[in-house]
Amino acid sequence: MEPLTWTGSLSLLNPVLAALAALLVLAILARIALSFFATEPAVVVNPDGTATAPNGLWSLSVTAGKWLFLSLVGVLVLYIVGGVVTPLGSGGIFGAAAKKFLPVWIALVVLFAVSLRFKRRLGLYGKLFDSTIGMIGFGLVMFWVFTAIFADMIVMHDPLGQISQLKNKAPGVALPDGSGWYIFGGDHLGRDVFSRMIKGSQVVIQIAPLATLFAFMVGITLGLPAGYYGGKLDSGLSFLANLILAFPVILLFYLLVTPEIVTTGLPQFMAVALFIFPLVFLTILLNSRYYVQPQRRNLMVAAVLGIGGWLYLSLISTPGTAVSFFPAAIDLFDVPPNILIVFVSVVFVNSPTVFRIVRGLTLDIKTRDYVSAAQTRGERPWYIMLWEILPNARGPLIVDFCLRIGYTTILLGTLGFFGLGLSPESPDWGTTINAGRRLLTIAPHPAIVPAVALMSLVLGLNLLADGLREESLRD
Amino acid sequence: MTKWDYDGPILEIENLSISFFTRLREIPAVMDFSCTVQPGEAMGLVGESGCGKSTVALAVMRDLGKNGRIVGGSIKFKGRDITRMSDEELRDIRGSEIAMIYQEPMASLNPAMKIGQQLMEVPMIHEGVSKEEAWKRALEVVRDVRLPDPERMLRSYPHQLSGGQQQRIVIAMALMSKPALLILDEPTTALDVTVEAAVVDLVKDLGHKYGTSMLFISHNLGLVLETCDRLCVMYSGEAVETGSIKDVFDKMQHPYTQALFRSIPLPGADKTTRPLIAIPGNFPLPHERPPGCNFGPRCTYFEAGRCDAADIPMFPVTGQERHETRCLRFKEIDWAAPPKAARQNEKGEVGRVVLKMEDLRKYYEVRGGALFGGGDTKVVKANETLSFEAREGETLAIVGESGCGKSTFAKVLMGLETATSGQIFLYDNEIQSTPIQSRNTETVSGVQMVFQNPFDTLNPSMTVGRQIIRALEIFGEGKNDAERQARMLELLDLVKLPRAFAERMPRQLSGGQKQRVGIARAFAGGAKIVVADEPVSALDVSVQAAVTDLLMEIQRKNKTTLLFISHDLSIVRYLSDRVMVMYLGHVVELGSTDQVFSPPYHPYTEALLSAVPIADTKVKKKHIVLEGDIPSAMNPPPGCPFQTRCRWKSRVPGGLCEKEVPPVRDLGNGHQVKCHLSDAEFATMEPVITIAAE
Amino acid sequence: MLKFILRRLGVMLLTAFALTFVVFYLTNLAPNLEKLARSEGSVRMTEEAVTAWIEQNGHSGPVLMRYGQWLGVVPGWTFTDEKGVTRGRCIAQDGDAALAPRYCGVLQGNWGYSTVFKQPVGPALLEKLGATGWLMLWVMIVMVPVSLILGVLSGMREGSAMDRTLSTFAIVSTATPEYVSGVVLVALFATATTGLSPLLIDMGLLEPKKTLFLASSTSAMDNITFWNFTLPVMTIALYGIGYIARMTRASMTEVMTQQYIRTARLKGVNFRSVVMKHALRNALIAPFTVIMLQFPWLLNGVVITETLFNYKGFGWTLVTAASNNDIQLLLGCSVVAVLVVLVTQLISDIGYVYLNPRIRIS
Repeated sequence: MEPLTWTGSLSLLNPVLAALAALLVLAILARIALSFFATEPAVVVNPDGTATAPNGLWSLSVTAGKWLFLSLVGVLVLYIVGGVVTPLGSGGIFGAAAKKFLPVWIALVVLFAVSLRFKRRLGLYGKLFDSTIGMIGFGLVMFWVFTAIFADMIVMHDPLGQISQLKNKAPGVALPDGSGWYIFGGDHLGRDVFSRMIKGSQVVIQIAPLATLFAFMVGITLGLPAGYYGGKLDSGLSFLANLILAFPVILLFYLLVTPEIVTTGLPQFMAVALFIFPLVFLTILLNSRYYVQPQRRNLMVAAVLGIGGWLYLSLISTPGTAVSFFPAAIDLFDVPPNILIVFVSVVFVNSPTVFRIVRGLTLDIKTRDYVSAAQTRGERPWYIMLWEILPNARGPLIVDFCLRIGYTTILLGTLGFFGLGLSPESPDWGTTINAGRRLLTIAPHPAIVPAVALMSLVLGLNLLADGLREESLRD
Repeated sequence: MTKWDYDGPILEIENLSISFFTRLREIPAVMDFSCTVQPGEAMGLVGESGCGKSTVALAVMRDLGKNGRIVGGSIKFKGRDITRMSDEELRDIRGSEIAMIYQEPMASLNPAMKIGQQLMEVPMIHEGVSKEEAWKRALEVVRDVRLPDPERMLRSYPHQLSGGQQQRIVIAMALMSKPALLILDEPTTALDVTVEAAVVDLVKDLGHKYGTSMLFISHNLGLVLETCDRLCVMYSGEAVETGSIKDVFDKMQHPYTQALFRSIPLPGADKTTRPLIAIPGNFPLPHERPPGCNFGPRCTYFEAGRCDAADIPMFPVTGQERHETRCLRFKEIDWAAPPKAARQNEKGEVGRVVLKMEDLRKYYEVRGGALFGGGDTKVVKANETLSFEAREGETLAIVGESGCGKSTFAKVLMGLETATSGQIFLYDNEIQSTPIQSRNTETVSGVQMVFQNPFDTLNPSMTVGRQIIRALEIFGEGKNDAERQARMLELLDLVKLPRAFAERMPRQLSGGQKQRVGIARAFAGGAKIVVADEPVSALDVSVQAAVTDLLMEIQRKNKTTLLFISHDLSIVRYLSDRVMVMYLGHVVELGSTDQVFSPPYHPYTEALLSAVPIADTKVKKKHIVLEGDIPSAMNPPPGCPFQTRCRWKSRVPGGLCEKEVPPVRDLGNGHQVKCHLSDAEFATMEPVITIAAE
Repeated sequence: MLKFILRRLGVMLLTAFALTFVVFYLTNLAPNLEKLARSEGSVRMTEEAVTAWIEQNGHSGPVLMRYGQWLGVVPGWTFTDEKGVTRGRCIAQDGDAALAPRYCGVLQGNWGYSTVFKQPVGPALLEKLGATGWLMLWVMIVMVPVSLILGVLSGMREGSAMDRTLSTFAIVSTATPEYVSGVVLVALFATATTGLSPLLIDMGLLEPKKTLFLASSTSAMDNITFWNFTLPVMTIALYGIGYIARMTRASMTEVMTQQYIRTARLKGVNFRSVVMKHALRNALIAPFTVIMLQFPWLLNGVVITETLFNYKGFGWTLVTAASNNDIQLLLGCSVVAVLVVLVTQLISDIGYVYLNPRIRIS
């Protein structure tokens, strides 16, 4: 079989795409240049209350930029549609990829259609769809989330399967038996780069948000009292947080995520300490609010402690390691120690920053009158922290949460890049980049593909955070 | 470009309309606004927040931001239309011909630039003078605004100055180029009353000295009366009445102006015999304005089919010079008629003593120079020998400016802080050293608080109903959720809010409505003592009366003891039975309202009374201006706390004021004064406020 | 002010001790020592032999004592074997035990002996630090002015076309960790098969088989050239540029909405002067702190970049030490890293106070 070209039969669109892209860049440059010489002209108001800008070079560049951008997006959609409708292979590499991503496209279209339809009823999430930046970011993030969900439908080959003839072969190369292609080429062991990238998304999408969530639980549970009480508690916790922050991240990883440390059981003890926080957090949350109604409180707290405790014990106890006391019969799941250590160290690194943010927000919010009102009616400190202060700090925290998932993704990549924690076989992006970088000058694609994937996910999270920030500030 | 000569009016605004454009809609902020300022004239612009008065000021400066646009009309400054000027021309005018003074002096000075530089910049830009020349001029102007040690002032950074000094610097900056027009946007709102009086005094003097015309924007009618020659009353984006001070104050021709005057506590108003008349309803949102007259829905003279038919133009009032009103019916209304529903309230009965404080002291230890750590610990005496008692059903007003210790006192009473020494008796329980965590539910729910800032008093992420129910839960009211729900609805009824508000979020409520919810929450546990910390000072004038009224009504119904903390003596005189005046942690005067508001006064009370602007042309006030600022509580003066600013100090022999804190003296009938002045001197004191006979 | 610096120094020392102890503890855990014993002795050592080796080389005993030895506040260990030869921490190879000092820790300038480089840790580290110093110098020269200019330009007119474009660039660059940007840069500029180099060769602008930039910076250890140093510098700088530019922009837009900017504008100051004289100083206070606190992160970048480009500086040493279980070297690296972080924090605190007159005098 012939190796695939990049765009196959869709190549007639290429000149259009190139021309549009060039024009868009020109339009943007023109606008920047114009902004140096002319100020924005006053908007003329029509009798019907709408405002329009008078014609001129300025408005021309603005409208041109808008239309060029839209048509560029249109052409890209055409590529995707073209790839989906033409048979596999005839649309070139892009066409084939577009076809394989079909479940993702469908899910994205449905999600966006529903969200746009009901955006006025969806609160902050709905408002996200008022901001172009936010929509692009959300789209990128959801693209990877759906990719992780449908990964098994998307992959073309076994991500671990090696075909020795295809070592370091360029993208679009056909399989020796003619049964298909390695659309993004083969890596140094002859594995399919495309399928590995797809499977790699699962690792990131599973670990990054969860680890960030845990870091938030830890940061919130410690940051609230530090900010609220101040004094010695604050000094002590802040000192600890600064201690961890002063540690260069890589050094910490090198010290924590080594096989030697794993054998001492240290990561497990850290897990025991860190994973208790969500449980503590939820219990205090419910108790502080419902202690005035003991019956309801007892029920809720018992439920949380029962279910949460079971999950907690199952999580920390793994047979054959330092912490293994939970009978296998009721142990729900085991986390491999090397994954656990990656998880724990990422949480450990992120928590102090969250702590600092929460502490700062608490210091600000605790001066509000509604906090004084709660104090004067005799509310207990934890109620004030969790129900009066925390909900009003949610805006900045949500924004930071998105940013921090991105940061966690980068950290996971860093770990993979240094070959720490995850097995060298693992398809996660960091490890793949690490494997690919050694032959970068000969065959760049095995490193470039996961690198671009990782970048697009982090970029999406950053844009999403930006959109959220913009929209939450708008009221 | 140099200044040009023109002998017409300094500022002519004709049919000005301004809109703000948001993503959703155009929001008209000012509609069909006209006014004229003659040379040397001071024009007042009065209205509640959101009425568009600041927008007009910014439009004169052509600084409306990105979304704001002038959509119609013209603004002529010395005959030239500002709306058609180029950026270049505008820059020339700004600062040299038109200058502006703002509400927040701290925010309007550059924190990273020395004051001298900021002042010198003005003549250097506009007249291209040399540095030395500019420095000389800056010195001169700083002297003119009566700041001590001008050289040092010019070399300091803004944060090293007190609020009053900062505002004087802002004024100096505005006067650097001797502008033809000075715009003052609420220049004293952020300042204490006695400081405000001094600043107002200064502005008036300098206005005359420099021959500057002024556009004075304020929500305070009394302040406008003291500073302006003419005024323009605005309501919801429109000018509703304009004319000379005398005409508008005494012969008003618009229902809104009339309602406004009836809703503010002027001397003579009294909570039992002549209660205030609140304006019903709420200020309309800009995009929900009614057709026809904007004030229509709240107006007692409203005539359906006529007032809401079409836009109403300004009508000149015949027989009076330049007096106009935007009312169709102004000729039909009998403006002299007394208010219709002047209902009388029965006087609340004062019962037994519920709260008693004896010799209460609260000291804080503060580290000097918090950032650099270390330093000596200083003791801040926030409350010094506080003794008083409050009875059931009584209103005790606590008056004082910033730093006087009124908030600390409230904190100690509430149990958020414990007293350093002394006793607080609630009924017969001593509570001075019981923090709130150790108080029983009954004590906690019995002493509650209403807060100052309506935008801060409710948790923004909880529904109104939920917040009240939470208070009920904490106070142990109601056996189950259903009972509490019912009780919550009753509380909403009590504060006259529709029951549907239970489901609303605080951001959907107006300031007055939020304050009502705050009151409902305070009374959730049947509070016996309510500390109201300036509950209406952040509200608009027309809403203030309604909220005050509500508080009084609930007080009468529940026989609540109200501790009313305020700096506004007008409202204090209106509603309180007894008054306690505080200065730097000391109670300087305590007595019944009549005793405190008539001589003999404590010298501080006297100055305070003189400083409070009163919106009544018949009132004659003695002119007493206090020098300097309130000393910091960290660093109080030796002897009498007030001695640094006291004008009576020289009458006390032997410099006693600087050496000893005066003893508390009883002037008879429980009227206490903390002062060294002899009885003979007290006897010579004259009343500060006299009301001229009609 | 002096008191403030002293206090900060105190906290800093405490932090330094705490952190070095943690590193010491983690590097001297039993499995690490066993591994060290096997790599120094022989791989097929018996359990007993390993234990004996650990004892004979001063790695047994309470961890606090060993930490004290390493610091130099506890006398160094000595061991006399059957032949009567005394070895010890403070005794040079084949040296006379009697003449050796009793204390020889970090405080005495003895950083131990690197098992990888087969030389004392101190000089080895110093040399590597020098190499990294050059890298950082160039990164700073590129990063700081570019990012500040970008941030100020985009922050002075919020929402303008320039702002949008620059912000997009900043977001993209912060979303690109060094290992991604490094890979992309190499693929674009430093391979003979993809990116720009083949194009340039086709156009005759570049000699055949050469690339625009060099993908390995090993040669820059001796001689820094544009050709071999651009890519590592750009890789580190790109991330920082985006980050600092965003901070500067945020700070600048905030300052531009302040009341005193309006005051200046309404004084008749032209836009240029408003930005230069009134806004800039206030707007740079926040980014200054950020730039200083950026160092720990730059350290990360340095490690990644030096590994990627094979530039044998401090970061490369750290990775080498860690992956070869070179305990003394790793400890040395940690001390340096922690000190760099703490010193920059101190500088940032003091600088902040100097830049912000509001804090200085209060």
